[in-house]
Amino acid sequence: MMLTLTSPVETRFHGLPVGVKLAGLCAFTLWLFAVDDLGWLAASLAAVVACYATGGRLFAANGARMLWPLWPFVVIVGVWHGVTDAPWQGVAIILRMITAVAAANLVTMTTRLADMIAVIEWLARPLGRIGLPPRRLALAIALVIRFVPVLAQNAARITEAWGARSARRARWRVLPALMLSAIDDADRVAEALRARGGVG
Amino acid sequence: MERNLAYISLFAALIAVLGLVPKIDLAAGVPITAQSLGIMLCGTVLGARRGALAVLLFLALVAVGLPLLAGGRGGLGVFAGPSAGYLIGFPVAAFASGWIMERTSMGTGIAAFCAAVIGGIAVLYAFGIPGMAIVLDKTIVEAAHIAIAFLPGDAVKCVLTGIVTAAIANMRPGTLLSRGA
Repeated sequence: MMLTLTSPVETRFHGLPVGVKLAGLCAFTLWLFAVDDLGWLAASLAAVVACYATGGRLFAANGARMLWPLWPFVVIVGVWHGVTDAPWQGVAIILRMITAVAAANLVTMTTRLADMIAVIEWLARPLGRIGLPPRRLALAIALVIRFVPVLAQNAARITEAWGARSARRARWRVLPALMLSAIDDADRVAEALRARGGVG
Repeated sequence: MERNLAYISLFAALIAVLGLVPKIDLAAGVPITAQSLGIMLCGTVLGARRGALAVLLFLALVAVGLPLLAGGRGGLGVFAGPSAGYLIGFPVAAFASGWIMERTSMGTGIAAFCAAVIGGIAVLYAFGIPGMAIVLDKTIVEAAHIAIAFLPGDAVKCVLTGIVTAAIANMRPGTLLSRGA
């Protein structure tokens, strides 16, 4: 469940430095929101699709799957501009949205988690001066990654326990119990950290 | 310090779990994810500063490519899509909820409900609607019409925030950091 979105299929973009990819993405996205010309938008989508295509079938299919959550917005914009009399404007909006999200996903899919976390730590460096050392941030990231599956398991166990005792479904009633399990875990983690010399 | 770090981390994980577990369907027939409920709870339980930090930590992990948003979404793409405004508003919403929670003397449940309405609806929509307006190239008013679809679900979540926060205050009085515990 805690798989990252980085693609296991190696593409030529995997080798690029993460800074170059992020700067390129920023410039590309700003440019996308500045142009209104349908031809340029179509061309930029074609360019992004071509980038995905160089990664092969599996890579491109994964990329397409990551765009799927956009469909409600495509429907809303499509219907909206279909009934008003500006269908081409609707096409431009949909093209821009899909291109921007696809380009950003491309960076995510071709950058390893460790490289991305290094960027976050670099961005958080100024926070060191106001009392948030990078070491503490690294520890917090590790704790979240460790505890997402633990809490998900707790949620499943609590739901099962409810199901064993009631014919009705648990719904929101698992929430207080889940919160308590998280709070008690947090207390134990805090104790364990202190016992090992604290977070400095 | 260790306690702050542990609480912030565990609540960041909690936001993720509330988005990952579709089995906790909150109310019959309402297709809502519990993720923004997690945002509200961060504010009402942890308080303004710690709540906002927990949400920022969660968003950082989404940005680096962990599929922690509802429906297994994540990565940089979600920050370029129509929901980007809501994501940017998440930490502010948690901060606002916590800020109100820290300053009102109302009973815990009522206070948490009011804090969730102001932080999780008013403040969050103030970011989410302009975000949708920009990406979908709509006016603010038009985008607000789309956002209204989420209002019933969010109202349910505010009530739940009140109930859950009150339950925590009863069962673990020492852990309601927003109330100076």
